[in-house]
Amino acid sequence: MFKSLTLSAVLMIGAATTALAQDPQSGGTLNFTAPYGSTFGTLDIQSSSSTQDEFPSKAIHRSLYDWNSDKGEPELELASEVEVSEDGKTFTYKLRDATFHDGEPLTADDVIYSYKRLATPSNAFAGARYFTNLEGIAAFQDGSSPDISGLKKIDDKTFSLTFTGATEPGYDLMRGNAAIYQDGAAEKADFLSNPVGLGPFKFVENVPGSRVVTEKYDGFYEEGKPYLDRVNLILLGDASARDVAFRNQEIDVSVLGPSQYVAYQADPALKDQILEVAEVYTRNVGFNPEFEPFSHKEVRQAFNHAINTDLIIDRLVKNKAYRATGFLPISSPAYNQDAVPYEYDVEKAKQLLADAGYPDGFDMTLTATQNESWGMTIVEAIIPMLNAAGIRVTANPVEGSVLGEVVPAGDFEAFMWSNVSGPDPYAVMTSFYSKTPISAGNYWRFNNAEFDALYEQARDENDPTKRTDLLRQANDIIQEEAAMWFFNYNKAVMAYQPWVHGLQANATELAIQNYEDVWIDDTAPDSRK
Amino acid sequence: MLGFTIRRILQMIPTILAVALLVFVIFSIIPGSFASSLMSDGRGGADADMLARINAEFGLDKPVHVRFFEYITGLIQFDLGTSFKFREPVTDVINARIWASLKLSIAAMVFAIAIGVPLGFIAALRPGSILDTITMVFAVSGLSMPQFWLGLLLMYFFALQLGWLPSFGYGGGQLKYLILPAITLGVTPLALLARTTRAGVLEIMNEDFIRTAHSKGMSNARVIRWHLLRNVMVLVVTTIGLQFGSMMGQAVVIEKLFAWPGIGLLLVDSVAVRDIPVVQGTILVIVVWFLVINTFVDIIYAAIDPRIKQT
Repeated sequence: MFKSLTLSAVLMIGAATTALAQDPQSGGTLNFTAPYGSTFGTLDIQSSSSTQDEFPSKAIHRSLYDWNSDKGEPELELASEVEVSEDGKTFTYKLRDATFHDGEPLTADDVIYSYKRLATPSNAFAGARYFTNLEGIAAFQDGSSPDISGLKKIDDKTFSLTFTGATEPGYDLMRGNAAIYQDGAAEKADFLSNPVGLGPFKFVENVPGSRVVTEKYDGFYEEGKPYLDRVNLILLGDASARDVAFRNQEIDVSVLGPSQYVAYQADPALKDQILEVAEVYTRNVGFNPEFEPFSHKEVRQAFNHAINTDLIIDRLVKNKAYRATGFLPISSPAYNQDAVPYEYDVEKAKQLLADAGYPDGFDMTLTATQNESWGMTIVEAIIPMLNAAGIRVTANPVEGSVLGEVVPAGDFEAFMWSNVSGPDPYAVMTSFYSKTPISAGNYWRFNNAEFDALYEQARDENDPTKRTDLLRQANDIIQEEAAMWFFNYNKAVMAYQPWVHGLQANATELAIQNYEDVWIDDTAPDSRK
Repeated sequence: MLGFTIRRILQMIPTILAVALLVFVIFSIIPGSFASSLMSDGRGGADADMLARINAEFGLDKPVHVRFFEYITGLIQFDLGTSFKFREPVTDVINARIWASLKLSIAAMVFAIAIGVPLGFIAALRPGSILDTITMVFAVSGLSMPQFWLGLLLMYFFALQLGWLPSFGYGGGQLKYLILPAITLGVTPLALLARTTRAGVLEIMNEDFIRTAHSKGMSNARVIRWHLLRNVMVLVVTTIGLQFGSMMGQAVVIEKLFAWPGIGLLLVDSVAVRDIPVVQGTILVIVVWFLVINTFVDIIYAAIDPRIKQT
């Protein structure tokens, strides 16, 4: 069954549940929950790299591209058309007729202002990396040029982006923190407290630590949308409280953890309102090949064979995950559907260790956080399994911010993490290219000549089908080399009330929705009408 | 009394400076930084150059002693710095949440005093009675019950089953949103106050001056009002002061459970992402709150019992 899941089928698991044969209705309020913490950081989404901050920004702002959940690819959002040069380096965009919430029209000046603000080094925005291969970025960032030569205004509604090599800018420029602001927006006094955007909903109120309230923008560029009058983005970080609030119909949508996933599936009143999707995150144990045992492929393979991965996914992750074969997830176009995961075989693991020169096994330290799905709970479960094969593990529990420090610094023997593995397979594979520094994402210190050759071919290939095929082969090498313990791909699960329609199975982050497509029907309680 | 008050206020200054130094040193030593927290979700949000830029932007690349000097200089001018995460002045970030914290703390304390003190009194006046037994069982349960679990139970009954109250949130600041978190937070101090009051009353009831008052033919009500109450109040006010002072920092579990936008939760979130200016600011606010409450309690002591003023 696992192998038969195609990208579209996976994406449609949830979408099918919402595709009811009803015409969308206008009006009403959606109480949407932001589950990843107890605060929104900032309403200046360009300055943020937090998923939590994307909840309000997705209502208020828009980027040049957006993710199409049905097709599983980025598509134009603020531009009506794009012309790509023959060499694949220059993209000329014609902006659509859209207006900001104050009624001012979107122009090329707004785009140029926004991208220059993102790329300005003194701002220290994480989104600056989207422009690292834009022509003239170095001169702009070292201060020798006030402009970026690869970012040009052609007329009020047309601009172009010129990159130093062939690229697909949609994957970066669809991100929430690549939002287009009004020219000069950040210089306004109320910029942080009263954001003005191009999105389907206008900002109304921010109660710090509690909620952000938005209301319908009548001038939104999509005809007849948004359907809802109001969207409340409610902070509700505690899973138990979210459960009570959902059952009490105070919130319309709730992100589920493994325990709740089981409970909701077993509840006849809730089981039909579950949306799930294979997200682009791969949970893994990364090995440091500079730690002598992990320099041997046989040892890394032995690690994979020593763990009963299916059992852990079943018992601990409650099947809220898909078994990983390689690094690229099943929602990736370059996923290899024929790949077979490493089988659980302790004897084979012992033999591989002996072949690598470790007949008595070895001792190692595994650094992990307290995360419920890819942290110490899992580490504690695999310790006895690995011990049976001769790999004696000492756990090193750390906080998330510490993991984010020690791994890019290479200060580990092995780590457990959930790493982004999509949606752009080429960008993801860059993390395994030998010329990519550890600090820039090659946490596994992967260095394989065959992989590098395939990656470089993919980089230079303009045909998308051929490029995807090359990346699929590159992914197979990562699996064969056992660069990590391939644990699982996250299955994101969201429960929604029966009166809610139009939610999208967004594989990049399920909880981030295009609210303009969501609507509620007559069965909603009075508080939502 | 004025001299006493000024002396107490001046004593707060070295405590505040010591806390500021301690918090600064701790967060300078522990691993992890705001820049590295951006990487913690595994999205690969930044590379080494970007992390260096972020560190430089927030002055984290400067030597520790320079940062401490800048911090203390700012503190003297009541400038708590700028939040790394919110990119706003820390005073604004705290200001937006302090009223919610105060509201919750005051409501919980009012609930605890209004029920705990009379309950302790009544139980002590009838020791060994059914009422006394019930009060003490309630007090022990209140002290030992995890607040998180109690909160969930209250949510389940009053929100989910009865539908009387919202299960979470701040709403527009309406009373109905405050009731469940305040009761949950107030149960522990309530139980402590009931036990303390009962113990205090029982102890004073056995004092010679109470027996003398009774033997003089003074009515029970007058004995309680003139001799018992005033003496018990010293003990009760001490308990109230300690509980009230520490409540703002203790409320974090309740704030998380009920999605209440207080500064306890802000502190925990800020520690996780190493937003050091906010961590320092919120800890200072919590410490100052504790000191102010206890200074106020000292002043009340002096008013209740003039002997304290002289020590």
